[in-house]
Amino acid sequence: MPPDHNLNDSSGDAAVPHAHAQLATNEVRRAVPRFGAPKGGSDALYLAGSGEGENRRPLRIGIGGPVGSGKTALVAALCKTLGAEYDLAVVTNDIYTTEDADFLRRNAVLPDDRIEAVQTGCCPHTAIRDDISANLDAVELLESRHPGLDLLFVESGGDNLTATFSYGLVDAQVFVLDVAGGDKVPRKGGPGVTSADLLVINKTDLASLVGADLGVMERDSAAVRGDRPTILLSLREDPSAAAVAAWVRDRLAQLRPSVVAM
Amino acid sequence: MGGHAHSGGVEQAICVGVVTDAATLADFLERRLQTAGPIAAALAAAACHAVAGNTVGNSEPGYDPADGAAAMADRLGDLDTEAEARTPSPALRTASRSLGRGLTRLGKRAWPHPAWADLSAAPHHPIAIGVAAAASGVKPIGAAHVAAYLTISGPATAAQRLLSLDPLTVAMITAQLSARVDAVAARAAADPSGPLSAVSDPWFDLLAETHASRGDRLFAS
Repeated sequence: MPPDHNLNDSSGDAAVPHAHAQLATNEVRRAVPRFGAPKGGSDALYLAGSGEGENRRPLRIGIGGPVGSGKTALVAALCKTLGAEYDLAVVTNDIYTTEDADFLRRNAVLPDDRIEAVQTGCCPHTAIRDDISANLDAVELLESRHPGLDLLFVESGGDNLTATFSYGLVDAQVFVLDVAGGDKVPRKGGPGVTSADLLVINKTDLASLVGADLGVMERDSAAVRGDRPTILLSLREDPSAAAVAAWVRDRLAQLRPSVVAM
Repeated sequence: MGGHAHSGGVEQAICVGVVTDAATLADFLERRLQTAGPIAAALAAAACHAVAGNTVGNSEPGYDPADGAAAMADRLGDLDTEAEARTPSPALRTASRSLGRGLTRLGKRAWPHPAWADLSAAPHHPIAIGVAAAASGVKPIGAAHVAAYLTISGPATAAQRLLSLDPLTVAMITAQLSARVDAVAARAAADPSGPLSAVSDPWFDLLAETHASRGDRLFAS
């Protein structure tokens, strides 16, 4: 029997009696966070909008962006900064199983049993957007293993500018770019840049070395993102990723108001 | 659901040099259809039959719905055990249950039906296919078709990605197997309450176990 065989299914199954509620648009869903079944249960009612069950599963935050932009380093920084405040875990989607997971372990960010790696069959964007089954399995495994989880990061395998997370998998998402990719990237747009709940422009310490104009990147991001926030970050200069951690705390306060920091 | 991350053994077959091009892929798919196919198709047809024959649709004289529900639950439980017995490789058991879990998650939402409550959260994939078929009004032969086809479509697209094959060539290879898929499904669904196929192919078990121990795999199985 595989280890996850007896897991309680805590995804959208609970929504069956109210299947129409699942057809809400992203806007509605983002205003009204989705709730899974209560931990340890499998057939609870769908509780959207009732105010109950809000803490019954952790807040899931997707971290996406191109290869090498610093997603894993950001996740490691957030785990270090937020790990003392919240009960958290990470799902990685690396090309090969263990590279990112090993990085997190090596950096002693999290114990092994709080990191799950999934294979994406050469299709990292499929695994976070079109067919999220493997990621849901990993998320549910972590949720059942650690019933007190407050926060769960799902790190995408590096992909292109169009790769976004399905809101069936995460509650909010961060898209990570870096200045070395060129200061024209925000202008190019694409769903990652335009629609992510938070855009992080990483490695600002390299801007002068690669001829990237941070002002241009900030201006172009604002132009395509409306009122969605953008944070300029250098993990070299701020290994705690303080501004991003603050954004995560805000998301928790907004979407899981009864979760309080330890 | 979740199938895109599973290669049906073809990733390992490519790694060890058995599948190298379109011709060797065609051989691989044929073998998989003839060994994994009958098992998956028979289990799916039997599960579909167990559900379709034991629920409200049954209008036979003297049929008691309560007995029917109990018989359905028993039969689905037995079939899951039969699937376990026909899947000796732990890696393949995990893969099958992972795919079954994904389909169950979808099926409960897309085709609500009392039979889903008789399954665990992660039943074997063919059992979930059978229940999904019955819950959506498809007959056992349809369930058998789906199960048989899925035993080749997954590895076909995985090989297409891993070997950078021409997608038209891969589609052609798959299409050329359609008559054989039909034959496998027809045999499997001929007597969905009768004895189940017990074909085995240790090579696929070996591929799966070796694959599971790799640190550089792209696919879950």
